[in-house]
Amino acid sequence: MNTPQSLAQKLIARAAGREEVAVGEIVTCQVDLAMFHDSSGPRRLQPMLEQLGATIWDKNKVVLVMDHYVPERNEDARRIVRIARDWARDQKLPHVYDSVGICHVVVPQHGHLRPGMFCVGGDSHSPTGGAFGTYMFGIGSTEMLGVVTTGEIWVQVPRTIRMRWYGRLRPGVTAKDMMLAMIGRFGMNGGAYQAVEFCGEAVRALPMHERMTLSNMSAELGAQVGLIAPDEITREWLEAHGARDVETTRWFSDQGSVQEEHRFEGSALAPQVAAPFSPANAADVSQFAGKKIQAAYIGACTGAKLEDLRFAARVLRGKQVAAGVRLLVAPASHTDRDTAEREGTLQILVDAGAQLLPSACGICAGYGDSFAANETVISSTARNFKGRMGPPSTQVYLASPYTVAASAVAGHIIDPREVLA
Amino acid sequence: MSATGLHRAWRVGSDVDTDALAPGTWMQHGVDVIAQHCLESLRPDFASGVQPGDVLVAGRNFGIGSSREQAAAALRHLGVAAVIAPSYSGLFFRNAFNLGLMLLTCPGCDVIHEGEKIAFDPRAGTVLRQHGQTLQAEPIPAFLLEMVEAGGLLPQLQTRFQTRTP
Repeated sequence: MNTPQSLAQKLIARAAGREEVAVGEIVTCQVDLAMFHDSSGPRRLQPMLEQLGATIWDKNKVVLVMDHYVPERNEDARRIVRIARDWARDQKLPHVYDSVGICHVVVPQHGHLRPGMFCVGGDSHSPTGGAFGTYMFGIGSTEMLGVVTTGEIWVQVPRTIRMRWYGRLRPGVTAKDMMLAMIGRFGMNGGAYQAVEFCGEAVRALPMHERMTLSNMSAELGAQVGLIAPDEITREWLEAHGARDVETTRWFSDQGSVQEEHRFEGSALAPQVAAPFSPANAADVSQFAGKKIQAAYIGACTGAKLEDLRFAARVLRGKQVAAGVRLLVAPASHTDRDTAEREGTLQILVDAGAQLLPSACGICAGYGDSFAANETVISSTARNFKGRMGPPSTQVYLASPYTVAASAVAGHIIDPREVLA
Repeated sequence: MSATGLHRAWRVGSDVDTDALAPGTWMQHGVDVIAQHCLESLRPDFASGVQPGDVLVAGRNFGIGSSREQAAAALRHLGVAAVIAPSYSGLFFRNAFNLGLMLLTCPGCDVIHEGEKIAFDPRAGTVLRQHGQTLQAEPIPAFLLEMVEAGGLLPQLQTRFQTRTP
């Protein structure tokens, strides 16, 4: 090695078959895994593949997840999901997950990701894979067609923007709060399609599901990837989910390889809330305290994993959702839902008045179900764009599962630490 | 593609997201239907009024949000000749070139007026205003220019696979 290499550079160099790569150069990488779902995948890929007369380069490296249009609500959804199922059967795809949860959670939970891999996903939240030391990013369907027919894709080697979090988060403060604070500070394109790397004591202390929240919402920072150097926590989690003998020692940024670093004090962070209509409208929860809500939503890949359900349960144990407020909970995957059921977490949510929804993208994707006009909603999801989760008049505030659950109990936005205390 | 033709400018602001370009409620349909709802939450007059060859001039961070390439496909379907903005979402940037939609990264484009007739030259990296002012645009890598001029990645793949076939 001549030049110190960042984690992003090491991952790209490996996929490009190179010793090292330089920031800014454009290289072609071999793809280890291509993930897509019912919306971005078969319905768009199949006609183009037929047009090309081409075949899938390596079916073993393809994972298909049905999560956007399931459960099917209407004829259009049935048609789209039927295309996916028929195609999966015709192609004899070995890795298909149908209506068992959201792709970004399902794929690692079934052992498909490991440190050192180079992966693409047909969905913008694909940077979630970065939590496992995987270089993973979102692409559109036409570019996915290029990947599934050639096994290759180009990237411009990114700079690394390091986010170093000192100290420890206070009780009631989560990875979602860290992320909203960073998006509020740098904006939705502050990542400038470079590599963001999360590090420091507060990040090291996070369990995998929380690290996934950081990497997932790197999309809202406009980064190509959101990487976390794998460690013992990564290795143990992956082993428990079917990815054995993972190598973690190589995958870190060399000293001197990262020029841009931003520092944060974890213990000083208050719960964050992002006001409509952008995740970048984030500020301390106190700025929004007292805002009346009609619905509270714990859902999506970023906000309804097992750890998120546990956060909500800590707030809701022995309490009731306020009159006039609906609390909707859509666990991110069946694996998470089943564990939450076994350990009693789910019962706490139901006893508090939560309505359970299927494990799918649901209202977050905005592809069918939605909130009503003029409703004010607090949600643990990733995006609150105008018109995404309801008509343009629907007001969505983003927050952690703690804050969402506490606000559901109070009937208005509230600092969850007041309820937890 | 040279600076010969004149293109009418449609103006939108910063942070135009993919839900505005390709609304989720219409995503179950084909691009022809989605295109009729392109930008309807921001400019209800756009989809029905835009003419082939017009350009969209936007503020910074154009195309943030989803990976749905219908956001770019809808603009191409409507005949938009190019988007001109100071910056783009990286994911949208890739999608646009893959779909054959030209993007010009032009830090000074905010001076362009609604309805103004402009010309642009992607190879030279210039945007020419009605009254003769020249704005600089960032250079585009040659392979992306070739892709967009070929009509996107799909036609390029077609050539690649046809050549392979004996």
